[in-house]
Amino acid sequence: MTSPGRRAYSGRPVESVTVESVRRGEVTQDDLRIHPETLESQAVVAERHGNPQLAANLRRAAELALLPDRDVMRVYEALRPRRSTADELSALAGWLDERGCPRNAALVREARDVYVRRGLAR
Amino acid sequence: MIPPYDSDDDSDSDSRPAVPGPVGRIRFMDAQRVNLDGFAVENPELGLVALASPYDPKPGLVVEDGVVTEMDGVKAADFDSIDAFIAAHGLDLTVASEAMALSDVAVARMMVDPSVPRSEVVWLCAGMTPAKLARVLALLRPAELVMAMTKLRARRTPSNQAHVTNRLDDPLLLAADAATAAAFGFRELETTVPVLADAPSNAVAVSIGAAVGSPGVLVQCSVEEALELELGLRGFVSYAETVSLYGTEQVFTDGDDTPWSKAFLTSAYASRGIKMRVSSGAGAEVLMGGAERRSMLYLESRCVALARAMGAQGVQNGGIDGASVAGAVPRGVRELMAENVMVMARNLESCSGNDALMSESDVRRTSRTLPIFLAGSDFVCSGFGSIQRYDNMFGPSNWNAEDIDDYLAMQRDWGVDGGLRTADPATVAELRERAAQAVRAVYAWFGLADFTDEQVAAAVDAAGSKDLAGPDTVAVMHAARVIRETGLTMADVVTALQETGFEPEAERLLDMLKVRVGGDCLQTSAILTPEMRVLSLVTDPNDYTGPGTGYEPTPERQAEIDAIRQQRSVEDLRREQAAYASDALRPRGPATQGGDPREVVVGVSPATGRDVWVTLSGLPVVEVLRQLLAGLEEEGCVARIVRFDDTIDLGMIGLSAARLSGSGIGIGLQAKGTALIHRRDLAPLANLELYSIAPVLSADDYRLMGVNAGRHAKGATPEPARNPYTDEAIEARYHTRVVSLVAIERACCRAAGPEELTL
Repeated sequence: MTSPGRRAYSGRPVESVTVESVRRGEVTQDDLRIHPETLESQAVVAERHGNPQLAANLRRAAELALLPDRDVMRVYEALRPRRSTADELSALAGWLDERGCPRNAALVREARDVYVRRGLAR
Repeated sequence: MIPPYDSDDDSDSDSRPAVPGPVGRIRFMDAQRVNLDGFAVENPELGLVALASPYDPKPGLVVEDGVVTEMDGVKAADFDSIDAFIAAHGLDLTVASEAMALSDVAVARMMVDPSVPRSEVVWLCAGMTPAKLARVLALLRPAELVMAMTKLRARRTPSNQAHVTNRLDDPLLLAADAATAAAFGFRELETTVPVLADAPSNAVAVSIGAAVGSPGVLVQCSVEEALELELGLRGFVSYAETVSLYGTEQVFTDGDDTPWSKAFLTSAYASRGIKMRVSSGAGAEVLMGGAERRSMLYLESRCVALARAMGAQGVQNGGIDGASVAGAVPRGVRELMAENVMVMARNLESCSGNDALMSESDVRRTSRTLPIFLAGSDFVCSGFGSIQRYDNMFGPSNWNAEDIDDYLAMQRDWGVDGGLRTADPATVAELRERAAQAVRAVYAWFGLADFTDEQVAAAVDAAGSKDLAGPDTVAVMHAARVIRETGLTMADVVTALQETGFEPEAERLLDMLKVRVGGDCLQTSAILTPEMRVLSLVTDPNDYTGPGTGYEPTPERQAEIDAIRQQRSVEDLRREQAAYASDALRPRGPATQGGDPREVVVGVSPATGRDVWVTLSGLPVVEVLRQLLAGLEEEGCVARIVRFDDTIDLGMIGLSAARLSGSGIGIGLQAKGTALIHRRDLAPLANLELYSIAPVLSADDYRLMGVNAGRHAKGATPEPARNPYTDEAIEARYHTRVVSLVAIERACCRAAGPEELTL
């Protein structure tokens, strides 16, 4: 099925996750979560197949793979129209930078500038 | 419709009659189903224009120091948020000047020409602005769109997606229907809810049902963006599609998103290894009064450019909810297909519409889908309603459970892989039972609901939710709330399946979670085969370069397409006939020349009462003979039955019978029921009366033929019996059986003299 030797977020080889190990409670969420390096390697594949934008998306995703679900949901909410002021978006970008998500931080800053110009900031 | 003229002020009413309403012919046409559809006068002011509006911008691109400063006539300072995102991320500036310099028609020809590789078209289109690509696509005529789609779709192997929903959100029925859809070959299932709070329950039930039906079926639950993301994060769905894009800023933000929030959402799904595509399509902006006088194709071109800019791997478009708006304007259906080809030209996965029912007319809705079906798409339908129309909570689809057999027959007719396969009735029954039982077990395991044997049995047998006892809406809502609030995940469902004896299904659901870790489904156009192999732009690239290249079903797949459950062989028919065999018709030795002037010979064909026992109308041949004989008896005639073994030609049989008969009148009967009256002095191909349409003949018709033959024998000229008339496709219904019956007759043929039979 998937490429052999893939490791989950936890570092566990995906082949070692079996129904039996799930039943015994020996599988954590992180054993079934994609590793940022896997996303990076998929980005390289996408680039080779003529889609640099898909590659860029997968690289932003590699950063977000580090964040807990709650934070991902929170950033999404903040980017929706008229949810955030320009300052709040700046702060959010700063926070993303601190959490090792510079590409997403750049996306938020770009959004901030356009939102201000187009009346989409709060 | 046009009301009748009001003729009150008709000044010369003396010289001509008042103008009446439409004549009968027009009233009759008005009453046809196609006239329930709305047809709009083209109106660019309202955006009611398909391919090109006079207000569409002229294509153009100005790049200074590697930055787009003007696109399609708009200066960077005036970019709305959609322009701004496309300009910042969407265009390959290394190829843009070359691509934009090409004439529209040159690019259109490259799209169609099989000798220009897909990769070259895709590379050039990456540098084209929305207005440019819209103009190119508007040039492609329907057959050219078919060629372009054949070449430009990303994945070599076509596929299809189904809707699985019901009015009650009944989890047992959802599971049974999901298993059924998987059995019919759908590789993506999309569910949704009439009641938003039910979403987690639906996602779980459909995922379980899909896993029962086949390994590797992707499942999504279409709901509001944030809830859909949550369902994805918790593993309850394996892909997402309801990430809507719109072609104008106002409509986009009315949808409570911006290009940046949607781009972030796209990355959020990818960050969990979840496949996703965005959704757009003509008509949405028109319906919301925000088309800004642009053509549907231009607005959609902005959406598709934005999808690529955001890094989404694919687009669901081709009208979608607005399909009937596009269908209402001239060239609108063509526009829908152009949208799909545009997605492919931007190197993205196409999930090609054909979902929302766009017409009340079976002809129009088939016409809308056919070219895409023939060309093949990553997903021919972005929602074939695998359930009945009334159960489709997206609204009825262009194709529904009512049409699955039609679709399978179309695949077989054209030798085309539309993604579906025939499911054997016994298999469907088993899968539905297992799916309903699995959901029952899992829901009981978590204390979500206790379903009874009767509820399971009803769901297994149901053709739709109207066949279920009644809604247990509280139970579903309760189950959904518990799933959501207790933090259950799909891994817990895996355990529940394992603990309750559904190990293969536990395995399959776990495999769907493990696929995320590998990330291969994040590549363009990814689906999973039942063997859990990923087919995508990367692993299964479309390599069409003209006849003899590109996708061709494997011999196994072709056999699957061909073997619809309704097909019958000569052997099937032989078995069917043998079930009616009797000993009522017995040979009595060689037939001799008769002398009685009241005698009429009934000549029968070689297989009659040997291998063929029932006519095409379902009457036993013995019964047909009894009716003929009764008719003759009514007229005081004497009847003999003689079988002719040396010919299957009905005229010859009738003529030979007439020649043996004392009166010179004979009846000829083929085992399939075709019959005629003959006279010994006529040419073989002439006759006195003929029943040529065997499938519609009744016992009374044969009795009348007996009576008339008797009257001919007595020298009278009776009014000829007529073939009963039917406007049904009687030939379509019976021709295959005719071929088999004739083959059986031929096999019984031998050089032997006529044989007297007794009844």
